[in-house]
Amino acid sequence: MQPFTALTSHVAPLDRADVDTDALIPKQFMKSIARTGFGDNLFDAWRYRDPGYPGKPQSAREPEPDFVLNRPSCKCAQILLARDNFGCGSSREHALWALADYGFRVIVAPSFADIFFNNCFKNGVLPVVLPTRQIDRLFADIGDGRKDYRVTVDLAEQTLRLPDGEVLGFEVDAYRKHCLLHGLDDIALTLQQADDIRAYELRRRTLEPWLFPA
Amino acid sequence: MTPRTLFDKLWSRHVVAMRGESTALLYVDRHLVYEVTSPQAFEGLRLAGRTPWRRDTVLATADHNVPTTSHTGEIRDPLSRMQVERLGHNCREFGITLFPLGDRRQGIIHVIGPEQGATLPGMTVVAGDSHTSTHGAFAALAFGVGTSEVEHVLATQCLPVDRMKTLYVDVSGALPRGVTAKDLVLDLIRRLGVAGGAGCAIEFGGDTVRGLSMEGRMTLCNMAIEAGARVALVAVDAVTLDYLKGRPLAPRGAQWDAACKYWRTLVSDDGAVFDARLQIDAGALRPMVSWGTSPAQTVPVDGHVPDPRDEADPVRRAQMQRALDYMALEPGTAITDIRPDRVFIGSCTNARIEDLRAAAAIARGGRVAASISQALVVPGSGLVKAQAEAEGLDRVFIEAGFEWREPGCSMCLGMNDDSLRLGERCASTSNRNFEGRQGTGGRTHLVSPAMAAAVALAGHFVDIGAEA
Ligand code: SF4
Repeated sequence: MQPFTALTSHVAPLDRADVDTDALIPKQFMKSIARTGFGDNLFDAWRYRDPGYPGKPQSAREPEPDFVLNRPSCKCAQILLARDNFGCGSSREHALWALADYGFRVIVAPSFADIFFNNCFKNGVLPVVLPTRQIDRLFADIGDGRKDYRVTVDLAEQTLRLPDGEVLGFEVDAYRKHCLLHGLDDIALTLQQADDIRAYELRRRTLEPWLFPA
Repeated sequence: MTPRTLFDKLWSRHVVAMRGESTALLYVDRHLVYEVTSPQAFEGLRLAGRTPWRRDTVLATADHNVPTTSHTGEIRDPLSRMQVERLGHNCREFGITLFPLGDRRQGIIHVIGPEQGATLPGMTVVAGDSHTSTHGAFAALAFGVGTSEVEHVLATQCLPVDRMKTLYVDVSGALPRGVTAKDLVLDLIRRLGVAGGAGCAIEFGGDTVRGLSMEGRMTLCNMAIEAGARVALVAVDAVTLDYLKGRPLAPRGAQWDAACKYWRTLVSDDGAVFDARLQIDAGALRPMVSWGTSPAQTVPVDGHVPDPRDEADPVRRAQMQRALDYMALEPGTAITDIRPDRVFIGSCTNARIEDLRAAAAIARGGRVAASISQALVVPGSGLVKAQAEAEGLDRVFIEAGFEWREPGCSMCLGMNDDSLRLGERCASTSNRNFEGRQGTGGRTHLVSPAMAAAVALAGHFVDIGAEA
């Protein structure tokens, strides 16, 4: 996994609550068996005027000029600002693959849906939870996203530095922070505990033998 | 000993080791796999040279992409075909049990797990699908995971999981006429909001829940995720045990007796402390219909489309207006005046035998209205289909003008050929009414199976709760 340490980037403001994973990546793009190539179809139904389908060439697409990602200032944004309950709905990790493939590394919102939040850390994307009051203020500062608004996110320090120099702190679970900073593979870490797992299985087998058919 | 919640009991039994204060490495007893969220996980295993830790805990089937017109012959859509074929290939390579197309046991994973007895009380159950909460109806700690976690569970049989908060939802009273578990859960989501149960384990209890069949309990647990919950639970009772007895993967003989003895302890102790409690009076419920693009945007069928101007919060107001625009609805419209174009009876929420019986009871002797272009009935599994046919329900539907199909997810999310066209309106027994969920530009109204059947006959929503 790609480590995350710090970055400075423009912020794309997506002023909607309850953004669901069906909106992040519509189902027709989930037929892929790869992990890459989803970025062009991130927010497909909102981002383009024409209906999208897998394999449709980018040259045949008609962008929706009002959608935030189509504003010139937001094209290279690596930070997405959103409202409550971001990433709700389906568990599809394709939503993260699309966000990461597009180039987003940080998502800032007052709250996230649970599975989505977990999926972020598996894909080198940092979800930052800030109080609604601070989120309101960021949206107000950024406005319609046409002007330059660059924020520095530092995971080690757990801070967001705003253009006016103000610094906002955020919380992150110590274990997840460690994995993200070092780009650690979760599975390898768990396999280091293989003996614990085997010992557990032995205990469990005597308690609930029907779960361990010969 | 201090009284414990059902959640506490299940949680502590599965902790292999702690990782930090509130995160545990949990052991996984059952892993359900399907074609959409698994190919990248298997590919990850392959690239790392890893093999499944315990193949016998994994059960796979194809459900999301499969055609419902016929399960024989080739899948037309090349991308769907590739995903389904890839699942077969992966299961063969890694030695995993697969119910392929054409096998009577194939169906939606959340229907076939319980049906096979692959879901048992006291288990942890995971799948790369958010509606895995369904299996909590059996007092199993069941939750959806992402594809990286699918790979993690395949490789290690474990998963790091954050401890959840607990919410007890106590439902009491008799369900009024026309009101089902679906209406109960839609009402709950409306109260809690789509994030109200965020990160929670919700336990459903009370005499109303005790009185529900396993099918009804699964419907409740299935949709708890739409209130943001991670896990839903119902305690074990005689209904649970009766359902499981004799299922192919349930224990037998002396093991069955031993299992029942343990399973009966899978209830919250008297005096157990929950982080929050909620009381619902079932007697006050009405048949529900969603009007918007979030499962919390629902009203009783005798109500009206709400007016965003009555909403004080500006973010919510804008969201309501957006939903109305998308749904092409005017505030103040009577719900019973809304006229869907199509009807879909199916999905992991409502495609079990009891759901089909409820819909057939309404459809019997009737005729699908001329204004309804399609009324689709898609059983949740091959075995549900066979059972329904043995009871003659297929004839009831077909004679009334419904289409009787092969099992799969179908128009719940339209990854196969069953999807809404731009602007079409659908009364659906599924669980999500998000924009484009059933097809780009499609408009979804979530309802119970009985309501869906009534809409098919009448051409509009009907107050099935009103005295005839
Ligand atoms: S029926 Fe719908 S909600 Fe259920 S597993 Fe299939 S696609 Fe998901």
